[in-house]
Amino acid sequence: MLQVAQPQETLLEVNNIEVIYNHVILVLKGVSLSVPKGGITALLGGNGAGKTTTLKAISGLLKSERGEVTKGTITYQGKNLIGADPAGIVRSGVIQVMEGRHCFEHLTVEENLLTGAYTQAGAKQIADDLEMVYNYFPRLKERRRSQAGYTSGGEQQMVAIGRALMSRPEMILLDEPSMGLAPQLVEQIFEIVKSVNENEGVTFLLAEQNTSVALRYAHSGYILESGRVVMDGLAADLRENPDVKEFYLGMSDDGRKSFRDVRSYRRRKRWLA
Amino acid sequence: MPESLLYGTEVVLNGLMAGVLYALVALGFVLIYKASGIFNYAQGVLSLFAAMTLVGIMNGQIPFAHLINAALGTEIHHFGWHINALVAILLTMVVMVGVAWCVQRFVFRHLIGQEPIILFMATIGLAYFLEGLGDIMWGSDIKKLDVGLPQGGSLWIEENTQWLGFGNENFYGFFLDRLDLIATVIAALLVIALVAVSQYTKHGRAMRAVADDHQAALSVGISLNFIWVFVWSIAGFVALVAGIIWGAKSGVQFSLSLIALKALPVLMLGGFTSIPGAIIGGLIIGVGEKLFEFTVGPLVGGATENWFAYVLALIFLVFRPQGLMGEKIIERV
Repeated sequence: MLQVAQPQETLLEVNNIEVIYNHVILVLKGVSLSVPKGGITALLGGNGAGKTTTLKAISGLLKSERGEVTKGTITYQGKNLIGADPAGIVRSGVIQVMEGRHCFEHLTVEENLLTGAYTQAGAKQIADDLEMVYNYFPRLKERRRSQAGYTSGGEQQMVAIGRALMSRPEMILLDEPSMGLAPQLVEQIFEIVKSVNENEGVTFLLAEQNTSVALRYAHSGYILESGRVVMDGLAADLRENPDVKEFYLGMSDDGRKSFRDVRSYRRRKRWLA
Repeated sequence: MPESLLYGTEVVLNGLMAGVLYALVALGFVLIYKASGIFNYAQGVLSLFAAMTLVGIMNGQIPFAHLINAALGTEIHHFGWHINALVAILLTMVVMVGVAWCVQRFVFRHLIGQEPIILFMATIGLAYFLEGLGDIMWGSDIKKLDVGLPQGGSLWIEENTQWLGFGNENFYGFFLDRLDLIATVIAALLVIALVAVSQYTKHGRAMRAVADDHQAALSVGISLNFIWVFVWSIAGFVALVAGIIWGAKSGVQFSLSLIALKALPVLMLGGFTSIPGAIIGGLIIGVGEKLFEFTVGPLVGGATENWFAYVLALIFLVFRPQGLMGEKIIERV
């Protein structure tokens, strides 16, 4: 999608991190990635591959779940993020949209959006930002007075993304935006992500199981398998890679395959690791 | 107007005022429960502690005087000054914020993510700790609290309602306690202020956000520690107001901490998560128990006020577990 010829400025650098939950469960076994400024980077992989953990390690939300980064470094614009508190990380411009939306159910849609501006000051600026969010999500403006708990899944995803935008982020960590949404709605959400990326210059790091959609919108991608990066590259290259095609897109040279024929999956992908 | 109706009205008015006080105590519970899911057993002791501190500061008592005297062999008790009630209330508020900070810093910060029952146990421990601390700081004697609130019945109201009897010689006008009247006004103002803070300010919104979803609140940059100190401070303030009013009524002593028990049926009735619920629950119980005592009481030998509220709450629990105005449990499939 984007022709990346010139070297880009790196916004976020994750270097060989290990994450342990509850002092015993090793979830990430040395994940490294670098996110270029102004791009959409996809973090792909199946259930339990470590996508969410990677995002939470960056946003500092691991601590409240008894997780801990035990090795490696995370630097954002040259600043170390490990050990920083989540509020501080939000202030420095990185905000996470959690998997499963996590709206404040009993607050109205508008109040939800306003909590996103918690770290911001200035009534005028906040009002402008709110207007900006309503421009991206006109549907939310219609529903501004409804309790978020009673809005649909798609609307809740919009609330979650809009809420993150209210913090004036430089970078959004977007976790599984397609979860539980109809394909059409998924497409709509990704279109909005793309336009926010292009118009506001917000960098996205996007964890997604829906590989085909993610690779169509992302500029580059990383593929995680049980806590390790097994492959990375430009989205266009990943899309054409025969293994990605077979394992993640369910296609092969002979067209779509039945799941039974993907038995060789585990054995064949070993070389990737 | 027939005599019984007049008495009935008087009973209802007194019940409403008692209800406002119950509501006030219940509010302290609701605030903390909403923001952190903690059922704060220490709320009553918080009232006692606040009232003791207020009396101590007003009278210029030296905190820990007994301890200091025992350790150093000195004989000090008072600074020898009296402080204006308003200033003393402000100073007490500062102390309560300090208590809130300590509670958060030394107890609940270490218990984030634990089971509700463990948090509840922690508040029981906190209750006994605060009770002991209050005694050591200010002494365990019964103290008189006089912040200048008026006492006794209001003659003005008696005189101006006498005409309602329409010449009935046995009716002297409504008897309403002036302290109760003032307390009602204060409580009403406090409730309005609390609702305004939680609905229309940034931190109030953040407080409700934290109540809904800790993780999501963290993710948008809300500091849980700050919000919890904020909430405990407000609860401390509510406790102080309740302590002042009840302390002025019956002196500052241990039984003050038992007013918390009066708040329990109010909470069951109104719902643990609703500020308006606490108010309406308080009013219903206040009026209900007075009316019940007035009408049914004589038939069963009186003293119904001791149990009426609990039975009412129990009946309510069976039919509407989330209380009158408790948050509906939002479930989407």
